[in-house]
Amino acid sequence: MKKILSLFAASIIMFSAAAQSEKYVKAMEANLAKFDTVKTTAGLIDLSNAFARIGDAEKNQWLPYYYAALTLSTAGWSDQSLDKDANAEKIKAFCAKAEAISDNAEICAVRNMAATQQMLVDPQTRWQTYGPEAASAMEKGLKLDPNNPRLHFLQASGVFNTPEQFGGGKDKAKPMLEKTLELFNAENPKPLYPHWGKKQVEDMLASYK
Amino acid sequence: MKPLCYIFILLIIGYSGNAQTKISGTIKDNKNKPVPSASIVLKDTYDGATSDSSGKFYFATAEKGKLTLTVTAVGYRPAEQIIDITGNDITINIAVREEVSELKAVIISAGSFEAGDKKRVTVLNSIDVATTAGANADITGALKTLPGAQQVGESEGLFVRGGTAAETKTFIDGTLVNNFFYSSVPGIAQRGRFSPFLFKGTVFSTGGYSALYGQALSSALILESIDLPEQGSSNIGVSVLSLNAGHQHLAKNKKSSWGISYSYANLWLAFKAIKQRQNYSRVPEYHEGDANFRIKTSETGIIKYYGYFSANRLGIITPSIDTAGYYDAFNIRNFNMYHNLSYRESLGNGWKLTTGISYSTNKDNIEGQLQDGAEKEVNIPPLAYKNFELESPGQYFNAKTVIDKRLMGISVIRFGGEYNYSNDKYHYTLYNGQKFSSSIVDNLKAAFAETDIYITNDLAAKIGGRFEHSSLLNKSNIAPRVSLAYKTGRQSQASLAYGIFYQNPEKKYLPSPDVLIFSKATHYIAQYQKVTSKTTFRAEMFYKKYNDLIKTDMINAAQQVAANNNGYGDAKGLEIFWRDKKTFKNIDYWVSYSYLDTKRDYTNFPYAIQPNFAAKHTASLVMKKFVTKWKTGFNMSYTYASGRPYYNIMYDGSDYKFTDMGKAKDYNNVSFSLNYLPNLLKKDSKTFTVLVLTVNNIFGINQLYGYNYSYDGSRKTPILPPSRTFIFLGAFISFGIDRTEDAINSNL
Repeated sequence: MKKILSLFAASIIMFSAAAQSEKYVKAMEANLAKFDTVKTTAGLIDLSNAFARIGDAEKNQWLPYYYAALTLSTAGWSDQSLDKDANAEKIKAFCAKAEAISDNAEICAVRNMAATQQMLVDPQTRWQTYGPEAASAMEKGLKLDPNNPRLHFLQASGVFNTPEQFGGGKDKAKPMLEKTLELFNAENPKPLYPHWGKKQVEDMLASYK
Repeated sequence: MKPLCYIFILLIIGYSGNAQTKISGTIKDNKNKPVPSASIVLKDTYDGATSDSSGKFYFATAEKGKLTLTVTAVGYRPAEQIIDITGNDITINIAVREEVSELKAVIISAGSFEAGDKKRVTVLNSIDVATTAGANADITGALKTLPGAQQVGESEGLFVRGGTAAETKTFIDGTLVNNFFYSSVPGIAQRGRFSPFLFKGTVFSTGGYSALYGQALSSALILESIDLPEQGSSNIGVSVLSLNAGHQHLAKNKKSSWGISYSYANLWLAFKAIKQRQNYSRVPEYHEGDANFRIKTSETGIIKYYGYFSANRLGIITPSIDTAGYYDAFNIRNFNMYHNLSYRESLGNGWKLTTGISYSTNKDNIEGQLQDGAEKEVNIPPLAYKNFELESPGQYFNAKTVIDKRLMGISVIRFGGEYNYSNDKYHYTLYNGQKFSSSIVDNLKAAFAETDIYITNDLAAKIGGRFEHSSLLNKSNIAPRVSLAYKTGRQSQASLAYGIFYQNPEKKYLPSPDVLIFSKATHYIAQYQKVTSKTTFRAEMFYKKYNDLIKTDMINAAQQVAANNNGYGDAKGLEIFWRDKKTFKNIDYWVSYSYLDTKRDYTNFPYAIQPNFAAKHTASLVMKKFVTKWKTGFNMSYTYASGRPYYNIMYDGSDYKFTDMGKAKDYNNVSFSLNYLPNLLKKDSKTFTVLVLTVNNIFGINQLYGYNYSYDGSRKTPILPPSRTFIFLGAFISFGIDRTEDAINSNL
């Protein structure tokens, strides 16, 4: 009887864990589906909050926090009137929460973007503070995952967007982009895991034709 | 069993899915204003919403029972409320309180220009100083393009808002610097001794400054030295004026660094190329060396040392205005040594310690002579005073400790003490061999406390007081300081400042046979500023009242000595500053204008007059443009000052009287400089080269600073700049560190 009871108990625990995970997967999928369609800053903040709620409730999943940070980062690129410092502080706070669960290269990519966005507010005076911050996030990320396609994408697009006279330029970026595309093609992301960046690389490579 | 179970669960989910409770409401702040983009979360569930632009939110949940609803929003303290979900729709309004944060809070800024703080928009940084045309990479040269400072070309120092140069004091890492400028030479303004690249932060206060600083009636220049360098490097520089070399070493663990440098300057070549008005019997020559170390003692603690020495000399001969065919000779040798050791550390729990000591010595050997055509000393009775020797060694020790304690939010209380020891000795040898010696020793002790109170993000106050005791005067004073700042918009703010400032009499009028007290100035300042990421606008009005200024008597027929504190004066004015990096593509420019109305009765003035160092209107336009295609930066500056008054004041045996007065013509100066960075293209280049060409007063405009008078007042000669136009050419190369990015980003 005892055996049966404990089996029953175990099955309930397992079952509920599976159910919770299903709920998690469903919620994440629903939000990730919005990720590609939401365009406004208000919408992105709403989506970021939705991811953060999942993160807070789950407590041991890093992906919700990662996406909470990434959606704000998207808003940071698209909305020029956004307060970049306040936004970046929020991004970094989400990154810190994600890192506490799993310290990985994907989070480094988001940190790199946050620091870059802060630097671009006033490059002349902010370069010395945020330049090294962005660089150290990149360095750490490549150490954790040398073939992370998103880190390579950020590096290549940095060169792509830097004028030739500053040591950048499209010609210099081309081999980097090609390598990045190879890394993307070789990548086989787990469900819910980040996979963004490939389309941008393809678009950039298309601009050479 | 299992399938059954699944069905059962699905049923439950399905059922609960149908029993959604609607929760809606509004988020407002303590001023009853809606808070958009707040995150509303039903704790430990996925359910929640984000408030819209009118603060409204709505969501549905399948949860039941007592749950916590949390609200978080950037700039607000999180709020929580317990709700009981029974199935009926809930409408709930939640208030959040604004959080005072450094990023959003108003800046207490009346009276000061802050530069170098990386988070906020800066007024000037060290690259700005180096690339301001006409400033010649001299810190004070660049500050003179800001409102409040006068364009005084015949003597060094910052003349701020009707004050003398002695009324501005300079501080490095908190402690007083006693001989910031090279020793005075008659009629030629001297540079500051320290390179702008030693400092990461500059605060130029033109009034109403903090209780942490004292002994300056008008202005405080507060410099903060750099911490650890990002990389080690070596550098050499070659110019028409000087040769220099230096090395900076950074430890592998990036926890400590040390550096040394040496430079030798000789103006012979420059003076050969550009005719100087003065005739140099000894061309200016400078030997200078410095050394530093910086040790990170913890994540937040750092010890910094900077040491400097300079030995220099020069001699000038000018035709004597007093007797035709004779010459006035002036020779000076100077030796200066400066050491500064500072330490700062966070003590935890909101406590912070900042402490520093500095020790310096300065020795001038000055020789004045009246010479005949053969450079022989001659003694002509009424002019015998012109033959003298003066040896003036000085020793200075300064110490300061400041303790900060963070209060609620970002409010801070700060207190500490300061000790300044100075010992100035003067040994005069007169033409007849008679010797006079004097020694002026002062032990100045000060205690201060101030607090920055942020009532909200929009309203802040700085309230402080300073107590000082001078052993020289054997007097004490208490000086209150108050500033208020109020945010009038997202990017604009208004500030007010009030303060009392005390200063000891200038050493050059001492020792005095009479009992003296502190001179006193009272400042009232009102300011408005609007700062965006690319533009800065600032307007400031001030009134400054002077009391107890020093009046002088004549002794030994030539020496002015402090007699009493019966002097007084006032200054009022309006200043405007505008910097813009946006309107014209790739052009960064600033404009400043100062209106000054001042009168004072001090030293030997017969009555209150507009002093000869104060122009009514002063204006500057500084422009910088970097052309990346040519790897070249072009910098231009134009400065204007309306004509300053000039006076000849003579002692008739009982009183001082004017024997001549007038107004000099307006001052105009257009300067130009160019920096060429040949390695700019080579991104991974390990050497970084800058070629600099500077032309001061490019159009050779006649500039007149005032007049020198003969001893009897019968003749005058104009005081003019040493040369009409001055050209500087130099190359600076650093190795091991790629500063290309710095250069690019500083010029974007």
